[in-house]
Amino acid sequence: MPAVLRPDPTFYPSPRLAMEAPDERYAYVALLRADKSRPDALAVVDLAPGSASYGRPVHKVELGHVGDELHHFGWNACSSMLCPLNGHPFTERRYLIVPGLRSSRLYIVDTKPEPTKAAIVKVIEPEEVVKKTGYSRPHTVHCGPEGVYISTLGGKGADGTDGVPGIFLLDCESFEVLGRWEMERGDQRLSYDFWWNIPHDYMISSEWGLPPQFENGLVAEDLLGNRYGHRLHFWDLHRRRHLQTIDLGANHQMALEVRPAHEPTKDYGFVGVVVDTTNLEASIWTWYRENGKFKAKKTAVVPPEPADPAQLPDLLKSFKAVPPLISDIDLSLDDRFLYVACWGTGELRQYDVSDPMSPRLTGSVRVGGVARHTPHPSGTAFGGGPQMVEISRDGERVYFTNSLYSTWDDQFYPGGVPGMMAMARANGGLALDRNFCVEFEPGYRSHQVRLEGGDCSTDSFCFPSA
Amino acid sequence: MGELAESLGRHAWVWSAVLALGAFHGANPAMGWLFAVSNGMQARRTRAVFAALPPIALGHFLAMAAALLPVALLGLYLERLGEIQLAAGLLVAAFGLYKLFARRHPRFLTRIGPSHLTLWSFLMATAHGAGLMLVPVILGLCAGPGAAHGGHQALLEIARGGLGLTLAAASVHTLAMVATGGALAWLVYRHLGLELLRRSWLNVDLLWAALLVAAGGVGVAAAARGFA
Repeated sequence: MPAVLRPDPTFYPSPRLAMEAPDERYAYVALLRADKSRPDALAVVDLAPGSASYGRPVHKVELGHVGDELHHFGWNACSSMLCPLNGHPFTERRYLIVPGLRSSRLYIVDTKPEPTKAAIVKVIEPEEVVKKTGYSRPHTVHCGPEGVYISTLGGKGADGTDGVPGIFLLDCESFEVLGRWEMERGDQRLSYDFWWNIPHDYMISSEWGLPPQFENGLVAEDLLGNRYGHRLHFWDLHRRRHLQTIDLGANHQMALEVRPAHEPTKDYGFVGVVVDTTNLEASIWTWYRENGKFKAKKTAVVPPEPADPAQLPDLLKSFKAVPPLISDIDLSLDDRFLYVACWGTGELRQYDVSDPMSPRLTGSVRVGGVARHTPHPSGTAFGGGPQMVEISRDGERVYFTNSLYSTWDDQFYPGGVPGMMAMARANGGLALDRNFCVEFEPGYRSHQVRLEGGDCSTDSFCFPSA
Repeated sequence: MGELAESLGRHAWVWSAVLALGAFHGANPAMGWLFAVSNGMQARRTRAVFAALPPIALGHFLAMAAALLPVALLGLYLERLGEIQLAAGLLVAAFGLYKLFARRHPRFLTRIGPSHLTLWSFLMATAHGAGLMLVPVILGLCAGPGAAHGGHQALLEIARGGLGLTLAAASVHTLAMVATGGALAWLVYRHLGLELLRRSWLNVDLLWAALLVAAGGVGVAAAARGFA
């Protein structure tokens, strides 16, 4: 039955129903052409075991411009459509909203009738985004109550520092840019990732840095001067107002991905901090609500690993160590396992977070790494390290890619970061699947992964599993 | 009360329509019972399912009253019921046609949070024309046996008890609405489970719009009889 008569079958009322859904058949992967010789692209990878092209790219959508810098992207609609106050879940999960982080251009990609025939149906030029919102450098894309929410990292002007960055709204069917989301932004000045708990009606957002702090590479003086973001912001989701700021401490530089518990009754979540400038540690923080106030606590740390300076890029030589650099975290739909990508040390960690206040390290796989360069178990050399993580809905397959951001890749991995996608199996512990190692066309780097029919960093739910 | 009893006997089909439309509105997940399910599941208590119903019912009742009372009041000042019936019928049918072609969910509705359930219910019902759907039906209440050929008698009747009957109709409708919605919410919460939402949540917008057109048509037809 078409989705105009019944909700899209890939909308799930609760996390458990999403976990029970059929396995993913395809992944969409952002491909970045860092040498700007060709446009960036969106790859479609076959994930259906038994298929002749399993584990290989089967389609590529080239974007019409050069130098967009694809990074994150997301769906026009997802399970949040079923939220009770929405009242009208008859929009298909069909279009991928693909922003260029550097160009501020938005591509709308239609994934029907088949993912292998995905094609661009609309392009929103940077001028329109900036004119209607005053924002630039679009980053995280989430499907929610008022349509598609997109966070940005920059304001107006050539270097994006004219005005404060924030979140804007896009219509989920017409793809018109609707305007800024915030009504009252409090003391929020930096931006990065965001997510929410819809029934409890709040949003959380995090901070990376302004465009001059990342576009031409990591600025060492800004990092050592603790001038990257280190705060969390909490918002009233419907009133669009800033509620509370939590400062993690200036030494906790770059608070990136925020992952609220999927179960809507739970009032906590996690955020990864890239580096502590006092000791190069990376950390996981748990934020939670107590008596109406939000609080945050450092609940896990990953130590730096000493290394011979000869093996280190210029940026790290004087430290004689590799910082773990937690660049992405992802939480399984049952809220049980948190996967932590340590892009610097080349490690993907699995923490049991059944008790969110004391994560327990339960698994680890190593591949790539600044100093270690651990090869993939298939024998293939692996540039970069585990970076963007995406977990299958049932929690058994953990996919990841290896590139962070063009200019940062070059600083930390001067040997190059050829685009790859690997997968670890989580059937009690964690182990890399030696038969799954996607090598993308030479010249492309790989970034965010989205799974057909939803994944663990897309859908939000209004109904509990119990 | 005497008027109500008399009207119940005389306008049996009108009251049946008021009840049936109440049940239809109540069954539509967009009118609030889905929130009651979610509320119950969040609290893990059946009581919480039913706790969500009063604000939803109040909002729906206010939406009914807001749509119906002006029409009833207008009736106090008009000689013939026919004009209002015709105008109301055309208006309702036109709104139904609009809903047939513009089937998007009004976006401003997503701006209301869970803490304003009554307001949400009121706006949801109003934006979907839930009150409008009853307007032609309610005008039928005002049409007594002689009303078709005697405007004065209709006028008197409205003046005497029309407002009361209108409020009674809005109440009866809301009771039917909340009873149906509440029963569905409880069934889904207790027995059927969430999977039902995925399998059986049918898009009732087309049916809803068609009913608006039909209700408008009934009004126009009644007016035509009155003019004849």
